[in-house]
Amino acid sequence: MGLFDFLRSRPKNTASVAKERLRIIVAQERAQSGRPDYLPLLRREILEVIRKYVNVDPDAIDIHVEREGDSEVLELSVALPERDNSAGGGAATAASEA
Amino acid sequence: MTEIIVVTSGKGGVGKTTSSASLAVGLAKRGKKVAVIDFDVGLRNLDLIMGCERRVVYDFVNVIHEECTLKQALIKDKRFDTLYVLAASQTRDKEALNKEGVERVLNELTAEGFDYVVCDSPAGIEKGASLAMYFADRAVVVVNPEVSSVRDSDRILGLLASKTRRAELGNGPVEQHLLLTRYNPDRVAGGDMMGIDDVKEILGIEVLGVIPESSGVLTASNAGVPVILDDLSEAGQAYDDAVARLTGETRPMRFIDAQKKGFFARIFGS
Repeated sequence: MGLFDFLRSRPKNTASVAKERLRIIVAQERAQSGRPDYLPLLRREILEVIRKYVNVDPDAIDIHVEREGDSEVLELSVALPERDNSAGGGAATAASEA
Repeated sequence: MTEIIVVTSGKGGVGKTTSSASLAVGLAKRGKKVAVIDFDVGLRNLDLIMGCERRVVYDFVNVIHEECTLKQALIKDKRFDTLYVLAASQTRDKEALNKEGVERVLNELTAEGFDYVVCDSPAGIEKGASLAMYFADRAVVVVNPEVSSVRDSDRILGLLASKTRRAELGNGPVEQHLLLTRYNPDRVAGGDMMGIDDVKEILGIEVLGVIPESSGVLTASNAGVPVILDDLSEAGQAYDDAVARLTGETRPMRFIDAQKKGFFARIFGS
């Protein structure tokens, strides 16, 4: 540390910033890696089936696997598009225990 | 009983080859029979770091494709009788490796009575890296105290827990160790670099050793002498400590505290 550094205000502790950012991203990536790898395909196939009947948006399907104790819950939610007569959109949610 | 140790990291340039060479030499120095294999097909460098680049006739890929015997391809180290190098091919690509071939080579080394096989993994998570770790009993994950290296290491730890023979056969986990390299105690003290405990906390595994950033590493690679043989350099001594811990000794961590600066150094800068 030189004379001028002494006079300058102390910079922010960048190591603790790095640690905090890593803590978050690592936790997120670990959670993702635990998911079954068939989920993206399942999502795509379900979307194809639904689209035979209703024209839904590709982003309208949400799939989650959650652990509750010993059992895993596969949660699937589909946001249906709004009808032309503006009866309002609906969402169907199906849950099945695996 | 042969122990297979993979030296891996995900990220490139963190010191995998430097560490592989020094760990292998350190084990051989203790009288163990050691083979160190370069899995970085297409970009071989272990031979340079070990100082045997001019003696490579046959390589790992030749052995896998049965173009020569394992004995012909193993390069005996000039310094230690019990140390052998298996170089990577410089002309082929990583697709030239296959699981059956790697397994056959490792089985043959086991039959030859090797105590340790050190697998120097390429960077990345592609075929070369996944084959380097697949048969491992232990993993030394080389990490720099820097965000991208730590994140990649976490990814590698996940793969070690799922994509290895031990994981697939349920033979117990691959024993995992962290090796912190390019550690700069002054910057840690100044709050500019994550410390040992920070990295340990994020990755959740024990630290085998801490190698300080040292000018000795470059001079060693220039000369083709693994840095562990440079007793005067801090990095060399830190690698020796790490090897001792790998073989079950307990040694305190060294070179992890910031240098105390005198009054003048503080005022006028270092």
